Amino acid sequence: MKAARTALVFALLAGAAGCSRIEPWVKPYERENLADPIMAWDRDPVSSSYMRHVYEAREGARGGGGAAGGGCGCN
Amino acid sequence: MQLIRAAALLLAFLPGAAGAGVLPEDRADLMWHYYDGGGVTIDGPSLLVRKKFAEKYAVSASYYVDMVSSASIDVVTTASRYEEERTQYGVGFEYLRGKVTYAASFSRSSEKDYDADTANFSISQDMFGDLTTVALLFSLGKDDVTRRGDPAFADQIDRRIYGVDVTQIATKNLVLGFSFETIAEEGFLNNPYRQVRFADAGDPRGYGYEFERYPRTRTGNALAVRARWYLPYRAALQGDYRFYTDTWEIRSHTGEVAYTHPLDERLTFDVHYRYYQQSAAEFYSDLFPTANFQNFLARDKELASLKSHTVGFGVAWEFKPPRFDFFGKAALNLKYDRILFRYDDFRDLRVTGLAPGSEPRYQFNADVVRLFVSGWF
Repeated sequence: MKAARTALVFALLAGAAGCSRIEPWVKPYERENLADPIMAWDRDPVSSSYMRHVYEAREGARGGGGAAGGGCGCN
Repeated sequence: MQLIRAAALLLAFLPGAAGAGVLPEDRADLMWHYYDGGGVTIDGPSLLVRKKFAEKYAVSASYYVDMVSSASIDVVTTASRYEEERTQYGVGFEYLRGKVTYAASFSRSSEKDYDADTANFSISQDMFGDLTTVALLFSLGKDDVTRRGDPAFADQIDRRIYGVDVTQIATKNLVLGFSFETIAEEGFLNNPYRQVRFADAGDPRGYGYEFERYPRTRTGNALAVRARWYLPYRAALQGDYRFYTDTWEIRSHTGEVAYTHPLDERLTFDVHYRYYQQSAAEFYSDLFPTANFQNFLARDKELASLKSHTVGFGVAWEFKPPRFDFFGKAALNLKYDRILFRYDDFRDLRVTGLAPGSEPRYQFNADVVRLFVSGWF
């Protein structure tokens, strides 16, 4: 229940922040560089999901980069 | 349940939708992938298509094949070379309402002795003047494990993944990302073919084999942070770090740096370096003192203490397809990675004539290639 209460407080704060409209410190017209395709986290999903699979089949750690499907073809 | 309740509360109080988010572009990718390392060759095609409708809905479909030819060190020391194929299909749906994107996807992977179904759900919201994007992820997986030559054997794995992902615009040239994932698995988590070795003075080699035995539950947590900078001369630099730990006592650190450099409007180069290290699972041993030494036994090199280094580069060439007006633009991509795997406590048993446990440490290098054409329509 403690976790739920903490989440509630956080959610109320987030809700209140939404009402008061936090002033964005990077204005929409200043986001030209961020919108450049070279700034995408994952420019080629078909390739990056494959590489995640390559690592997950050969290393013990998983997660932290988006959910990948099961099965590994690595027996 | 507590996590789900907290997530539901959080969603209920998120700021209301006031503007509009964006769905990813319409795009098709056709890829050929190739992996060669440690006696294993895997290649095959992969296809991914995404299409938007009315700027509110998006659907995606994927198809992926692994054609495996394996003479890995496990195979050459305890079994015989084999070939097999794995096929994976996936479909996805996204719905954008204001600044909230709801997504669901499903994938099915099939092999002769292993089937896996995975369903993913996510909800993401842009907030605080679109400087912050918060996403909650949930994934449900069910695997069916069988063993060739043993029709009596059948078991399952249930998998649940809970995740939170936050992307934060920090400055007009810097974006940050944080993610946390919990992965809970229950069922038959070992490989039905793999064996562990134990010291056996009665065997001419000095050791014998028995099947490995893992706990039936595993819970892992991954915490990742990343940052991407836009450099003053139109290039991008990214840094990533991930910490992972689980109930099998594997702890790992992953670090990566990547650099993207567009030469002109058509040509873009990428280079990256990745470092990975992990400690061994608590029930892992390269050589157990006796047969049936403890409840759980593993000699899977994936659970050994290991390090890997990856150096990779990529080149993308954008062009206007001459005959397919349907595509506004297209790109030809080539990506190559070389991965060096180094094991601290997994011995190379192909080297014989040495006292058990004194064989050289195993290591191998892998070449990974992706050649793909992308079209935007």
